[in-house]
Amino acid sequence: MNTTIMLFLLQDGITNGAIYALLGLALVLVFAVTRVILIPQGEFVTYGALSYAMLATGQVPGTVRLAVAMGLVAFALDLFFARNALHARLVIRSVALNIVFPVALLGLVYALVGPNTPIAVNIALALLIVAAIGLFLYRIAFQPIAHTSVLVLLIASVGCHLALQGLGLVFFGAEGLRAPALSNAAVTAGPLRFTGQSLAVYALTVGFIVGLWLFFGYTKTGKALRATAVNRLGARLVGIRTTLSGQIAFLLASVIGAISGILIVPITTLYYDTGFLIGLKGFIAAIIGGLVSYPLTAVAAIVVGIVEAFSSFYASNFKEVIVFTLILPVLVLRSLAAPQVEEEKD
Amino acid sequence: MSALLSVTDVHIAYGKVEAVRGVSLDVAENEIVTIIGANGAGKTTLLNAIMGVLPLRGRTAFAGTDMAPLDIEDRVATGLSLVPEHRELFGTMNVEDNLELGAFRIAKATAARSLERVYTLFPRLKERRKQLAGTLSGGEQQMLAMGRALMGAPKLLMLDEPSLGLAPIIVADIFRIVGELRAAGVSVLLVEQNAQAALQIADRAYVMELGEFVLSGSAKEIAANKGVAASYLGFQLEGESAI
Repeated sequence: MNTTIMLFLLQDGITNGAIYALLGLALVLVFAVTRVILIPQGEFVTYGALSYAMLATGQVPGTVRLAVAMGLVAFALDLFFARNALHARLVIRSVALNIVFPVALLGLVYALVGPNTPIAVNIALALLIVAAIGLFLYRIAFQPIAHTSVLVLLIASVGCHLALQGLGLVFFGAEGLRAPALSNAAVTAGPLRFTGQSLAVYALTVGFIVGLWLFFGYTKTGKALRATAVNRLGARLVGIRTTLSGQIAFLLASVIGAISGILIVPITTLYYDTGFLIGLKGFIAAIIGGLVSYPLTAVAAIVVGIVEAFSSFYASNFKEVIVFTLILPVLVLRSLAAPQVEEEKD
Repeated sequence: MSALLSVTDVHIAYGKVEAVRGVSLDVAENEIVTIIGANGAGKTTLLNAIMGVLPLRGRTAFAGTDMAPLDIEDRVATGLSLVPEHRELFGTMNVEDNLELGAFRIAKATAARSLERVYTLFPRLKERRKQLAGTLSGGEQQMLAMGRALMGAPKLLMLDEPSLGLAPIIVADIFRIVGELRAAGVSVLLVEQNAQAALQIADRAYVMELGEFVLSGSAKEIAANKGVAASYLGFQLEGESAI
């Protein structure tokens, strides 16, 4: 093989790996705070990407109506669970978050949508839509069962994935979509050509890693999220609302997923079910990182990306097989190295 | 009634087993009250239920408001704080982060003053402020748990077995600090197996056996009670417990 091809493959692998890193970080974040293994992460990718793609063609994506519907359900749940201690402040807060926010978003989408809407506006709208869905998904599916075991949460998570994927087919159809690139600029370095798109991928990945590090290390909210992950009861005893922590984690995860989708949809055609496979690769990285380590997850994601790029060059039929086989030695090593851990009770 | 905390006819059950049966107690402002009793008497269960960690049947009011509709986080906001038996620290975070999170609901300026006060009470914590909480010794962890609770500027601090598993010299230190809290305007509800130490600093005491209060009174009266002396203070008396 010549050096140029190798460099191309490496570049390709690192670009994809950066996306997997973003998704892997989101998975680690959500698991740490809520103990949910977020299978629907892939749907956040698809929803973000395809909502953006539809907005770019001047159509209103069905996801915004889903956000409104989920908001209504979330509001009903808020009222139901607080039925014995309803006070005005709680109702007002719930109305603002679950009704006013998604309805305002719906209005905004209808007001702004059109073939000539600037790219930045479309991206912002797509992000807001997916953020709302992520937030309500936690409220509806996970908050009522937040105290149950990891296994129960995982099953709920698989259920959410299937439901969201099915809805994705309704909203976006069976055909794939592409969207306009964020920028058409390109830089050439030796034999390699870096498009503005791939540079944006690198910049955002690095930005998110640094941002998450600062957020968790230095802000009160970030520390509260970590505290929730370390000791739920301890967190509640100092007055940290663990439900709020869960909402923040899901909000971050859905925004990260949507950003990943928006970054890749100009490069490859995305279908309603593509997100799952992309999310799974982030999941492999997260597993290699033990679902706890952010830096290890990021490195593992880059490795996954590079292995994928090389295997699709040499044995493209087996590329998924090779990538997913990566997880086997890691699991064996981890189970040998780590002592049996009993599931944490709270 | 001017009681800060008042608990009336409280029952707490684990499934069908009633662990606490019809208990009433109150704590006034600036008072140190202790609940003593053997292992398994229901002391920890009672504290956890007052904090909202466990559900209870009965009336609980704090600073004049009914606590029934409030969850743990709301109770923290009203000035009630629990230092649990297992301390529940954030083990992978350092001492200062643990303390800062104790002031999660408090304005930043107030929190900074609280931090100074906690460091004055527990100089050891200041020395270790960059150390991970999980690597501290048992006594230091207890100090950190108390410090974290005090960071939230509670009106009533509930301490669950602060002396458990600690060396006598550290126990003495911790009890001295509990005594000092009164001067800072903090009331204390102290659950202890170490009855002798608890009765020395407390104003009033309740004796708990098998989920019920069998005796209550001023700490002096309780300490002078023959049955209590036999059962909990380790005096060598002949015969069975008189209570």
